[in-house]
Amino acid sequence: MLTLLLILLPIAAGIITLLSGERLAKQVALIGGLASLGVAVFTWLQFDPAAGSQFGFKYAWAASGSISFAAGIDGISLVLVLLTTFLTPLIILSAFKHEYKSTASFYSLILFMEAALIGVFTATDAFLFYLFFEAALIPVYFLAAVWGGENRAKVTLKFFIYTIFGSLFMLVALVYLYYQTPGAHSSEISAFYQLQLSPFQQGFIFWAFFIAFAIKMPLFPFHTWQPDTYTESPTQATMLLSGIMLKMGVYGLIRFLLPIVPEGMANWGLLAMILSVIGIIYGSIIAIQQSDMKRLIAYSSFAHVGLMAAGVFSSSVNGLQGALIQMLAHGINVIGLFFIVDIIYSRTKTRYLDQLGGITQSTPHLSVYFMVLLLGSVALPLTNGFVGEFLLLSSVFQYDGWLGAIAGLTIILGSVYMLRLFQKSMFGPRSKWVEGFQDLTASERAVLLPLVIMVFWIGIYPNTFLKITEPAVSQLLQLVNN
Amino acid sequence: MYPIILLSFFGVVTLFLGFSKSKNILLPATLLFLVIALASNFIEWNQGPLLYFYDMFRVDNVTLSFSAIVLLSAFMIVAISGGFQDNADSEPAEYYGLMLFSLVGAIMMIGFEHLIMLFIGVEILSVAMYVLTGSNKRNLRSNEAALKYFLMGAFATGFMLFGMTLLYGATGSFNLTHIQGFASNVPAGTPSYLLYAGLLLLLIGMLFKVSAAPFHFWTPDVYEGAPTIFTTFMSTIVKTAGFAALYRLLSHSFTGIYSFWWIVIALIAVLTLLVGNIGATSQNSFKRMLAYSGISHAGYLLIALTSLTKPSQNAIIFYSLAYSLSTIAAFGVLMLVSKEKTIEGQPNERYEAFNGLAKQNPVLAFVLAVSMLSLAGIPLTAGFWGKFYIFTSAAERGIIWITVIAVLMSTVGIYYYFRVIISSYLKEGDMIKIRVAPFYQVVLLLATFLTILFGLAPGIFEGLM
Repeated sequence: MLTLLLILLPIAAGIITLLSGERLAKQVALIGGLASLGVAVFTWLQFDPAAGSQFGFKYAWAASGSISFAAGIDGISLVLVLLTTFLTPLIILSAFKHEYKSTASFYSLILFMEAALIGVFTATDAFLFYLFFEAALIPVYFLAAVWGGENRAKVTLKFFIYTIFGSLFMLVALVYLYYQTPGAHSSEISAFYQLQLSPFQQGFIFWAFFIAFAIKMPLFPFHTWQPDTYTESPTQATMLLSGIMLKMGVYGLIRFLLPIVPEGMANWGLLAMILSVIGIIYGSIIAIQQSDMKRLIAYSSFAHVGLMAAGVFSSSVNGLQGALIQMLAHGINVIGLFFIVDIIYSRTKTRYLDQLGGITQSTPHLSVYFMVLLLGSVALPLTNGFVGEFLLLSSVFQYDGWLGAIAGLTIILGSVYMLRLFQKSMFGPRSKWVEGFQDLTASERAVLLPLVIMVFWIGIYPNTFLKITEPAVSQLLQLVNN
Repeated sequence: MYPIILLSFFGVVTLFLGFSKSKNILLPATLLFLVIALASNFIEWNQGPLLYFYDMFRVDNVTLSFSAIVLLSAFMIVAISGGFQDNADSEPAEYYGLMLFSLVGAIMMIGFEHLIMLFIGVEILSVAMYVLTGSNKRNLRSNEAALKYFLMGAFATGFMLFGMTLLYGATGSFNLTHIQGFASNVPAGTPSYLLYAGLLLLLIGMLFKVSAAPFHFWTPDVYEGAPTIFTTFMSTIVKTAGFAALYRLLSHSFTGIYSFWWIVIALIAVLTLLVGNIGATSQNSFKRMLAYSGISHAGYLLIALTSLTKPSQNAIIFYSLAYSLSTIAAFGVLMLVSKEKTIEGQPNERYEAFNGLAKQNPVLAFVLAVSMLSLAGIPLTAGFWGKFYIFTSAAERGIIWITVIAVLMSTVGIYYYFRVIISSYLKEGDMIKIRVAPFYQVVLLLATFLTILFGLAPGIFEGLM
């Protein structure tokens, strides 16, 4: 039942926010977000890693009950639910300094988004998963389209069509799988795990799932919607997209692709892996050349998610564990970095590196927070990025030495674009754009401090989270290897 | 059964009410008649198949479900018609009378058990629609639309009658059950060409009525030319009745020769999807776009007919309901907006007319957005489950390729459905606050509420079936 509470609480909070009027909306939304976090932490304390899926519920929903409204939490779900509920209040808080028109709708959409995301990460019925997977698009579409930049109409429509295009293929695959289940049919994900499919069927379903998730993450060559959408969206929508929504794709790979079509993986996994590795290098190289800070981080996110996908495609314990811990790390870092870009932009009205410089001179706090998040992103030991990246690279290396070596370049390229970002914006001669630059305010620090604490927590003691996911991951891999 | 009798009687009463001085009584009276008809519809619920008029009319739960959709749609459409007060040339009593009569035709099409009953139903419905299409007497477009509709419709009826004749020649009966007996026992190796030709001609006539490609050419012009309220009537009630008739025809009489006709319907479905969706992308008029979208939805419904499996029946009923609700909401908002924004005295039905709608009229913009999302088949709306049931019916038969095409076309659909959402939410415009009559608003919100309710809990609908 806790799962149901986790899904319904943000919806209720969103509705209350909508009704509370323009002035109170911010505070109500923040309280709603924190309440969800509280429930998630409570769930975590009650959670028993060895016991599989817990706190579940199941109601008859459609097709005379063979499609059910069912969700539950296992280790993999739990870390992502924690990530979602941890980041959402921070995203809400990060919007406090902006004066958005129709405030109430803005914050309630963020909360609806949270509900949909939690639904995606906890659903144990394939069609419920699909429902949330697409429903999550609606709030973020409106967030980006209504409060976005100049080109928003065109860019967000492209984003919407692109992602729906992918997920509709998944729908066809799910309907197909549903009709393969014996007896009165069932759409439980665990029933799909039991199917004996021919290699031909597996190949088909592999690609249907792959396209859906690859567009969502996005992987090379399905990434063309991403930089524009990230750049045009208001920062909060960008945070939701990059920090949490991107993880839906990786989660889908772990939950659906690996266990349902292991033979498809065996046949096509190498190609998928190569595409992921191309994405890592390609994204990094473009990131190095970016002058727009938001775009730069968008491409860095594209490169990072390529590595996560490569880890998943290696179908090894290290790869999956690495991908999971990296999802947490990436969510935290990327949200922090986008927020810092937003802070710089709101004070200087520019995001271009060649117009910035010398911000450090007046901002000791900002510089420290920025540096810590940045080092987390380039995977320095003792920061959160290191654990995930290490596990991921070792798994790719075991899968194929050459690919591992190429993917390993990400460490060097990542440092290049990230340090370049820091150097061009923070160091150097003080540009005329940054005159009178104020250091962080209290509310901005309230967003960044929890992020920085998590950077070190995960970096120094990742076992807190690895321990949760370990049994679920090994159980999943047993399915794959059978 | 009862709705047929009641509606015929009420239609005549409505015509007489037209003689009374106060025209204000017509609207509430018609609504009351429709409520009574809707209530009487459920008297025979779960009474099993009942046959009337010398086995010419069949009442079962399928008949009653389709009739309920048609009557509910009619109720909502009449409710937003506003009594036709704003036009001095209008003849409200005749309009309401014709609407009630055309519903009789629609219900005959839904429940026919005999081909002659189908023919009578189609004619009653069509003749009323020809008149209503041209009811804007001084408007050239409306006249053109009526003439076009009539000429093409008469031609299609000719095909239909010819097909029925051939079927009679082949089977010796107009009765669906007898035809089924004949069609299931066609000996292998000696195909009955007379039967095939008859079926094909009959299908052409019927597919014309539901505007399937390549028999769709009349649709955009007629939908655009007709007064919007009757366009709504046409695109919901005529389409629902047409698909109910097609479903009954194919499922009751021709399952025996499925292997002959399924590919024909499949190809027409694909063609309809392509024509409808690609045609809709290039429209500048919202109303004309909805005409093409109506064509594309006929394509999705044809997929359920192609597969004709157990889920098909539910799929067609649910899809018709979801489509009708969204279409009524969309046209309802269009009527309000286009009345406010005119170009040279004519209602402006282009996308630009919706610019800035959300700011001044958040409720209307929300209603419009939900109906567009539902038509596009996005989850959390009834339209999604409609598509879902259609896909499952095809998957049960194992026809996956057609769902892949449908999926690709759904993606195209998002492009044109979102144009109006973008107009109303993202574009700035000189929109004023539109005054909406309370009753009108209730109908729009009811359509939206049902769309979301069925989107969240489709099980409710299955419970009703």
